[in-house]
Amino acid sequence: MLDNQSTDAFVAFDRVQKSYDGETLVVKDLNLSMPKGEFLTMLGPSGSGKTTCLMMLAGFETATHGEIRLDGREINNIPPHKRGIGMVFQNYALFPHMTVGENLAFPLEVRGLGKSERDAKVQRALEMVQMGEFGARRPAQLSGGQQQRVALARALVFEPELVLMDEPLGALDKQLREHMQFEIKRISDDLGVTVVYVTHDQTEALTMSDRVAVFEDGRIQQLAPPEDLYERPENSFVAQFIGENNKLSGTVQSVSGDVANVTLANGKMTQALAVNCGPAGAETLISIRPERVNIGAQGANVTEAKVLELIYLGDHIRCRLDVHGNSEFVVKVPNSAGHEHLSVGEITTINWAPEDARALDAL
Amino acid sequence: MTDAPADPHLVTAAQPSSARSAGLTTADGQPLKAALNAAEAKAKWHAFFLVLPLFAFVLLTFVAPIGQLLYRSVHNPGFTTHKDLSTGAQTPIMTELREWFDNNPQGTEPDEAAYAALAKDLVLLRELKAPGSVGTRINYERSGSRSMFTKAARRAERLEAPFKEAMLDLDEDWADPEIWAAMRGASSAYTLNFYLAAVDLTRDTEGSITQVNENRQVYVTLFQRTLFLSLLITFLCFILAYPIAHLLATLPLRYSNLLMIFVLLPFWTSLLVRTTSWMVLLQSQGVVNDALVGTGILADADRIQMMYNQTGTIVAMVHILLPFMVLPLYSVMRPINPSYVRAARSLGATSWTAFRRIYFPQTIPGIGAGALLVFILAVGYYITPALVGGADGQLISNLIAFHMQKSLNWSLAAALASILLFGVLLLYWLYDRLIGIDNLKLG
Repeated sequence: MLDNQSTDAFVAFDRVQKSYDGETLVVKDLNLSMPKGEFLTMLGPSGSGKTTCLMMLAGFETATHGEIRLDGREINNIPPHKRGIGMVFQNYALFPHMTVGENLAFPLEVRGLGKSERDAKVQRALEMVQMGEFGARRPAQLSGGQQQRVALARALVFEPELVLMDEPLGALDKQLREHMQFEIKRISDDLGVTVVYVTHDQTEALTMSDRVAVFEDGRIQQLAPPEDLYERPENSFVAQFIGENNKLSGTVQSVSGDVANVTLANGKMTQALAVNCGPAGAETLISIRPERVNIGAQGANVTEAKVLELIYLGDHIRCRLDVHGNSEFVVKVPNSAGHEHLSVGEITTINWAPEDARALDAL
Repeated sequence: MTDAPADPHLVTAAQPSSARSAGLTTADGQPLKAALNAAEAKAKWHAFFLVLPLFAFVLLTFVAPIGQLLYRSVHNPGFTTHKDLSTGAQTPIMTELREWFDNNPQGTEPDEAAYAALAKDLVLLRELKAPGSVGTRINYERSGSRSMFTKAARRAERLEAPFKEAMLDLDEDWADPEIWAAMRGASSAYTLNFYLAAVDLTRDTEGSITQVNENRQVYVTLFQRTLFLSLLITFLCFILAYPIAHLLATLPLRYSNLLMIFVLLPFWTSLLVRTTSWMVLLQSQGVVNDALVGTGILADADRIQMMYNQTGTIVAMVHILLPFMVLPLYSVMRPINPSYVRAARSLGATSWTAFRRIYFPQTIPGIGAGALLVFILAVGYYITPALVGGADGQLISNLIAFHMQKSLNWSLAAALASILLFGVLLLYWLYDRLIGIDNLKLG
């Protein structure tokens, strides 16, 4: 499931398990390795173990079992202040009794740097996040976005090779969040630092990352670049969690090559790409992205659909249809010249290509 | 755009800019300030009536007594006015003698006229049945004077000129310059002599300020001891409370609630019970000593004296005042996000540096509040030192109580209390200057 330990991995989790109470595992058998310079996002619903992984990497939680390696050396027993990992916290954790400049100087001060060197580095870091003028302010005098920038600058000012970010944009409004996504991406690319980024926001994960690790139930469900994750989900959880997804449940009739013939719940047959559906007789969920469904009778997998609801969204029209007994089936009809005009209650025909229907495991 | 002046939107839009110079008005031309006041008046009256009972209570039970106290510390009419307790009639007394004092400067040897005036005043005292209270007033400054007054007043009617010899026949002490200096000082109802006495000073026969006899100097030592013990108790409370408060603030809520009950437990028990239990524990035949002797750590003859001295006062008061330090500390520590310390650690600080540079500075408002609270309570503490303090564990409040209840020298008690009050206010002011009162966080 995962690309396993390569010796040149910069960060590596090797069979890591974590339990808080000795009864349940929060992290179950985590294996992960990432090369230097990668931007990796841990994505998952709350309680999926992603923050625990980050905290183990930072040194604030100890792994119950397994080994965590940084640049080839085991760090399980190294205290956090000796790991040299920069970290951006969810609530920024800017020290309220210090100015912005003092906040940034703190990591340099504890490393024993001289005043002039400190000042130069602080100023450079502040300018990198376009906060050069704000060195004398207190954190409370800054807006959320500005605090976010300062927190980022503070995590980078002592030039760590690895930076961890724990839902850093969670408290910002949508517009600012999108802007900061690009900003963080730009800075991390410029500096070439390795970033482990934790979020539950899939848009954030897809836009920023080189690779995304989808967490659920203490395991990585899939570790892949964003486009693979969206277009080629390996299991139903990932298909469901990333983006919008139509699912049709059925039973596998036969598998020939990578085509699975599936009997749907209402008895109809359909063809899908066999990804993770098991042998004949197994339950399966077929996943189809809404934008891969066409209106019309040409092509494979043609079926009748009853229009239940139409929502006009400007660039496209969102149609809720009843397809094979699934009344939550969504199709996005592009608002292009000469597109089909549907009306509620109408029976229409839709089709999709067999390779766009992915037969996955039944949840 | 030609019909712009007729456009109602443009007219209203233009209004504020012209009105701003003349003060804003409401839509019907009322000044905005007046309209706002009128609109809020009702709410203000509501609020006023709600706080009125408390306001009256504080005025009656707090402000008025303190005013009375301050007044009493500089005003004692014991030598100038007699108040009949049954009728309430006030009669000026010792008027003749006061006139003689007014006409003769300080240090004048009392002559025949002075004794004559004294004798005349004593006759009036006898009629008013007041020599006792007058004697008491002089007795504050020169002990043994009360009986001289009562004795002399009994025979005043039969005294004849020359009065000086007649008076000296009654008691030779009437020639003592000290008693004349004391009477001169008391002849004015308003005096600062009680404040002088409260800091171990007195006026000599010449009227200049000097130290009292070494064996009578008690108050300054006691003020110093009170200050020192209060600071020590505050410091000990801080040392003990800081880890407790930190534990309370960082434990999961269900454990910290249980612990909080233990912290608050002392509040649920009577002060007397708590103090008495310390007596049971710490006295020389007490539990602690018995245990030490029983286990052979101490010989029976070497029992540690922990009660009825300063140790007893310190131990019992630290115990009683500890919650007042824990609670403000807890209230500032609870909202401190643990991610601050984590951030500091991730930035390369050792746990000690993270504590010293990040955690501790954020708790200073709580330390200030707790220290101020404990110190102010300790400075005025009475019951515990009275019970467990013995001789050298007494605080200034015990002496104030002594003058209130035993010696009945209320003016001196008031002067001592006022000095204590001003001392505390001075510390409060210093605190405000050094740390800032808005940095205080009581909960």
